Amino acid sequence: MTSLRQRRAQFFRFITWAAAILGLLLIIAIFAYLIFKGTKHLDLAFFQNYASRNPEKAGIKAALLGTVYVLALTLAIAVPIGIGTAVFFEEYLRPSKIKNLLELNISNLAGVPSIIFGVLGLSFFVRFLAWERSILSGALTLAILVLPVIVIATRAALSQVPRTIKESAYALGATKEQMIWSHLIPNALPGICSGVIIVVGRAIGESAPLIMVGALSFVAYTPESIWDSFTVLPVQIFNWVSRPQPEFQAVAASAILVLLAIVIVLTAITTIIRQKFAKKKANY
Amino acid sequence: MKSKTKAAAEPAHSRKRTGLAFRKPSITAVILSLFASVGVFATCAILYIITSEFSVFLNHIGAVEFFFGRHWEPFMEPRSFGILPLLTGTMWIVVISTVFAVPVGILIGAYLHHFCGRKRGLWLKPSLEILAAIPTVVYGFVAVTLITPLIKGWLPETEIFNAMSAGLVVGFMILPTISTLVHDALSEIPKRVREGAFALGAYPNEVFYGVEMAAIRPRVFAAVILSLSRAFGETMAVTLAAGAHPNLTWNPLESIQTITSYIVQASMGDAPHGTIINSSIYAASGVLFFVTLSLNLIAYTWIKRQKIGISQL
Repeated sequence: MTSLRQRRAQFFRFITWAAAILGLLLIIAIFAYLIFKGTKHLDLAFFQNYASRNPEKAGIKAALLGTVYVLALTLAIAVPIGIGTAVFFEEYLRPSKIKNLLELNISNLAGVPSIIFGVLGLSFFVRFLAWERSILSGALTLAILVLPVIVIATRAALSQVPRTIKESAYALGATKEQMIWSHLIPNALPGICSGVIIVVGRAIGESAPLIMVGALSFVAYTPESIWDSFTVLPVQIFNWVSRPQPEFQAVAASAILVLLAIVIVLTAITTIIRQKFAKKKANY
Repeated sequence: MKSKTKAAAEPAHSRKRTGLAFRKPSITAVILSLFASVGVFATCAILYIITSEFSVFLNHIGAVEFFFGRHWEPFMEPRSFGILPLLTGTMWIVVISTVFAVPVGILIGAYLHHFCGRKRGLWLKPSLEILAAIPTVVYGFVAVTLITPLIKGWLPETEIFNAMSAGLVVGFMILPTISTLVHDALSEIPKRVREGAFALGAYPNEVFYGVEMAAIRPRVFAAVILSLSRAFGETMAVTLAAGAHPNLTWNPLESIQTITSYIVQASMGDAPHGTIINSSIYAASGVLFFVTLSLNLIAYTWIKRQKIGISQL
């Protein structure tokens, strides 16, 4: 004979389990649906063709190249600035009102909707600096978008480096700069790397700000310099999904599979780094 | 407190180089402070751009017309710029996504904490976080081609673009945010608090509702506010699935337009500088920015408050 309390406990156990299963089922359903829809177009030609009015001939060459160029430039700008900011926060700034304000600023920037960064990019890079709808404008916009994520991840990694390691460097007579380069950053590297990979995953899927700064939907050439116009994978997908012809839905699904494959691999790498690092930390 | 002892423990020569408050900052410190000012510059630029264009727009349209007008018809004469239809459209997305994601997210957090062994948690939590890693344009595709037909099969009066399917996929998107934040908050509660309740003979549900939720309520509240803010600013899924029809409606099965999807629509039309359409982009962005900013600030203060709370348990 189970009491009311026991039945309530069982119900709680069941409903939390059901919620977790629902979450897993959502993922499985979304992936199964996309694979079902998207494998038809997924062949070698799909990677070699440019966008086309004919869904049979449409491909993602320009979008994939654009994504790679924009991403490389974004990282080249955002990673040094982000890590530098984090080191400045952790090692140079004393606790003060100003530090609190700067921290608040970074955590707020992390919460600003991505489209607002698009508005910033459009007004500042595209119009004010007159860099037009170029790869450079897009990359700078994305760099500002991902900067707070890099800063927050790097700060978390830096603050987990044990003080004993830093002091061992000082004990050997190292200056602050030497300590940072030889001890602090190498020891925080796993955390910094996983932060950077998270950022790559976010930047790869980001489309709203790039539409604002003018990623085109129809690019039939390979971009050659940072002043060229461009398109990226998610913007290309957006364009295909918003077309009325059902054939383009299948093309969109194929492009989505490519995008998701990249994102999943990146997520897996971060998870592995995070879990390995958590084990290593327990050994100190 | 902690930083004081840290500074005292560092060797004297490094202390001289530590702070900018000292007379001679090193070159590295100067360069790094320049890097750190990029974030400040970004915030100032956003604030300046939005407020300057927003005030021009308000002077032209009138604040009463903008904030209380019931029609948003920027592309057709006579133009009207009342933000209410866009706001209700956005509210629909926020409400639908939150009603789905908050209860399910909290329950998943409870499952991860109470019933799921360490090994299962190691793969279950990251797998669930995939939901947050999927690009939003993918959710837009799923909403248009999968969720909407499903809803339509059940409720045939559903329009092709509707708030319901867009709101649901935004709910999928923010689900891991809530479950992860709740789970992290639960695991920060000292073990003895929970064990004490179990020792008194409480069942897991009684421990969860009676003890743990009481301890982490501000954190859960902050998680909810953060996800509200994310749903408010969500763009691509909503642009694809919810339609482009500014609509002051009580029916979530109708086509609507959100603030974000208006910004996308107007900027894709390539509005030249100086036109009223162009200023309206900034006006919509202004509302979006200040609403999400205040939500984030509320969440931030609640999280800070909680940090003090848990350590005192």
